[in-house]
Amino acid sequence: MSSAARSSLRGALTLLVFALICTALMSVTWLLTRARVADNEQAARLALLGEALPGIHYDNDPVADAITLPADAAAQLGQATAQAYPAQRLGVTQAVVIEATAPDGYAGAIRLLVGVGRDGRVLALRVIGHKETPGLGDYIEATKSAWSAQFTGASLQSPPESQWALTKDGGRFDYMAGATITPRAVVRAVKAALAVVAARRVMLFGEEGER
Amino acid sequence: MNRSEAREIASNALWKQNAGLVQLLGLCPVLVISSNIVNAVSLGLATSMVMLLSGMAVAAVRDFVPNELRSPIFILIIAALVTMVDLLFNAYAHGLYLVLGIFIPLITTNCIVLARAEAFASRQPVLAAGWDGLMMGLGLTGVLAGLGAIRELAARGTLFSNLDLVFGPVARAWTIHVIPADAGYQFLLASLPPGAFFGLALLITGKKLLDRRAERRAAAPSVPLHTEPA
Repeated sequence: MSSAARSSLRGALTLLVFALICTALMSVTWLLTRARVADNEQAARLALLGEALPGIHYDNDPVADAITLPADAAAQLGQATAQAYPAQRLGVTQAVVIEATAPDGYAGAIRLLVGVGRDGRVLALRVIGHKETPGLGDYIEATKSAWSAQFTGASLQSPPESQWALTKDGGRFDYMAGATITPRAVVRAVKAALAVVAARRVMLFGEEGER
Repeated sequence: MNRSEAREIASNALWKQNAGLVQLLGLCPVLVISSNIVNAVSLGLATSMVMLLSGMAVAAVRDFVPNELRSPIFILIIAALVTMVDLLFNAYAHGLYLVLGIFIPLITTNCIVLARAEAFASRQPVLAAGWDGLMMGLGLTGVLAGLGAIRELAARGTLFSNLDLVFGPVARAWTIHVIPADAGYQFLLASLPPGAFFGLALLITGKKLLDRRAERRAAAPSVPLHTEPA
């Protein structure tokens, strides 16, 4: 074997040894942290769902009991697939959390969780992901301002259909100067979520859903 | 590494050759993540930890690494360490992990990490290399903290917001409102990318001014021509 070939072989073997050692170290770290990471993600999801369900007492795991909505409902919610998370007490669904996406935010899609009670009213609205301008459009986040609280108690009947818009557009919902595209998209998405719940009461709340 | 060497390394890394202000390496995370102190310091400390470990690791294996394979092997080591830090963040500081997001894996591509591995750690004993890495990282953390403070203060009039991501919900009350929260003050530019450039420019200018003053003082005759009030 020529000396060039021998030195490349040695180089390759050196690289291989380093790659194996590094991979082993990463694997060990992954194995050690795996359970905790999974717990964290589950806890974060449950905490978010809990925020969308203020005042609701439930004894089930909404994530484990999640209902996959049919494709047409998902499309209405601006998503390819959509989940509804039922909050049940003694086997009776008290409220559901709907995943919805407003595709028409100022800077792309805005992902929401909408908590809806048995009476078809919004319990709470939580924004879980958006790319709106910081300081301008991000007042939709509950941590940044109380804006999202005005949806609490809203239903498809109240305000009436025509009032489901920003005050600027003749509707019922406030916005803040500087950003109107963002709240407009959110209003539409919340309304879509309520419509999906209204159309699928039997599926979401069971046979004895109140009317 | 004796004491004077250690001091030399530290003063070089923290001030004379500061990664953020003099070498201007690793600017991508510096500019993006410095919109408030908590994010900035967290990423700075994560980078410091990677640099401490990578400095020691590179120095430890330096005799086994053929010269022409330096770069791939150093990058491999750094990437592995960053992956481990990323997993640890995900497990033990989940809130912060969500905020820092892509910037933890991107520590791999932070030039200052590879630069120190190449320029220092590959020629030095393990302890000195680790010390240099840590100090370089802390120098960068200092810049990040300063920039974070300037931008946060200018943008929202607060300091230490988001501390709850590190210490849990209790820490939400620890935010210092320099300008009262209900005044609704905000100066958007400071928290957007241009604010990072302006802030960094201010910091670099400040360092140059201090250096020049120190130089002038050193050059001045030892017996003052006229006495200044103390």
